[in-house]
Amino acid sequence: MGNDLVLVLVVVTALAFDFTNGFHDTANAMATSIATGALGPRTAVALSGVLNLVGAFLSLSVAATIANGLVDTHLVTLTVVLAGLAGGITWNLLTWLFGIPSSSSHALIGGVVGSTIAAAGGHGVLWHGLVSKVIIPAGLSPIIAGLVAAIGTYLIYRISRNLSEGVRSHGFRIGQIGSASMVSLAHGTNDAQKTMGIITLALIANGTLHSGANAPIWVIVSCALAISIGTYTGGWRVIRTMGKGLVDIESPQGMAAESASAAVILLSSHFGYSLSTTHVATGSILGTGLGKKGAEVRWSVAGRMATAWVFTLPSAGLVGAGAYALAHVIGGTPGVIVDLAILIAVAVTIYLSSRKNTVSHDNVNDDWTGMVTPAEPVAV
Amino acid sequence: MNSWINLHALWEIVVIGLIAGAGLPALFAVGLRALSLPGNRVQPAGADSDQIVGGSPAGIAAAVLCFAVVLAAIGWGIYFIVAGS
Repeated sequence: MGNDLVLVLVVVTALAFDFTNGFHDTANAMATSIATGALGPRTAVALSGVLNLVGAFLSLSVAATIANGLVDTHLVTLTVVLAGLAGGITWNLLTWLFGIPSSSSHALIGGVVGSTIAAAGGHGVLWHGLVSKVIIPAGLSPIIAGLVAAIGTYLIYRISRNLSEGVRSHGFRIGQIGSASMVSLAHGTNDAQKTMGIITLALIANGTLHSGANAPIWVIVSCALAISIGTYTGGWRVIRTMGKGLVDIESPQGMAAESASAAVILLSSHFGYSLSTTHVATGSILGTGLGKKGAEVRWSVAGRMATAWVFTLPSAGLVGAGAYALAHVIGGTPGVIVDLAILIAVAVTIYLSSRKNTVSHDNVNDDWTGMVTPAEPVAV
Repeated sequence: MNSWINLHALWEIVVIGLIAGAGLPALFAVGLRALSLPGNRVQPAGADSDQIVGGSPAGIAAAVLCFAVVLAAIGWGIYFIVAGS
């Protein structure tokens, strides 16, 4: 048996990651609904939180991919898992600070792969699994989602062209609530699974579970709760970039984007691809901008996001590798505790700098001025 | 079969994705349009143009059919995900 104190620390850190995953990704499901006014900001995050909870129980194939398909479980120790999580959390918080919707999944996978390389060398990574189940889907999924959303948008506007503006926006707002709910559900089935997979990996590393085991029920329940609470907290900065920054969205476009996202995420979950809901949702929003004549797509914002995506795996990997090296040099339980202390310090620093210019449910829909944080409201 | 890309899965994701992700919203749009078809009763001048239900019985029937298909497809999709795990 391994070290139970370290195991507990790893599980808590994993749940903390799950929480950041939730609030980072609220935007994927709800940004468009909030932007078009289909749902009030607070209602939107509450609905999304509940549906994430439900979705987390629906399917477990992605959890299996993370637990058994990416790194050699025989070489993974608890310290490796913890260092990987540190990489994932750090990247998630940094991108949230800058309002960049980057992939929580890639942050996690990058962190774990980085710490595994630091611990065991490149042969500890199942490169084939990594490329075929993570990297190739990451490249293809936004394109597929964008294509689906563009065609959907074109069809919707074509079919509804004779409707009056009022009927159209009212009707599609109702449709949007349904489609956004599906994305939240899909997010639960895909993203909550990833933390379940990581905790399962830790339990395997500790010898509590045998290699190839599935996630135990307490893992499923606690992960579902953590992601759901994170979602409810609402990452308003990212919501703002997704809903206002990329394309100025009308409700028919919102519905098309969300339907495309939900379909692509659910289908991919079914095949065990742990693709990034963020990449899919962004692809859909861009697609819906392309599918409507005269819509403006802010490619500079999209370009900045795509750049962040390319850096996600290696950056989280570097942090993960560094965290492992540090813990390894100090050694044993103290090493793990030093890692955690640094992680907490980083998290607090980022949180404090976010307080300087907050984005909340009050100003999330302000006009896009090229910045994540809206202009200061004029004093009255 | 290519070992790096599961072409079969890719193909299914694109085709089913198009049917569900673009087809269902389009069907919803058809339903919305049918629902708003004007009925026999004469609209008073300056009627509320935001009225979603137009009042044509055939239109309402067609709309209900469209929305039912959309809901059934979503229900089937969720069932498919749950059963597939």
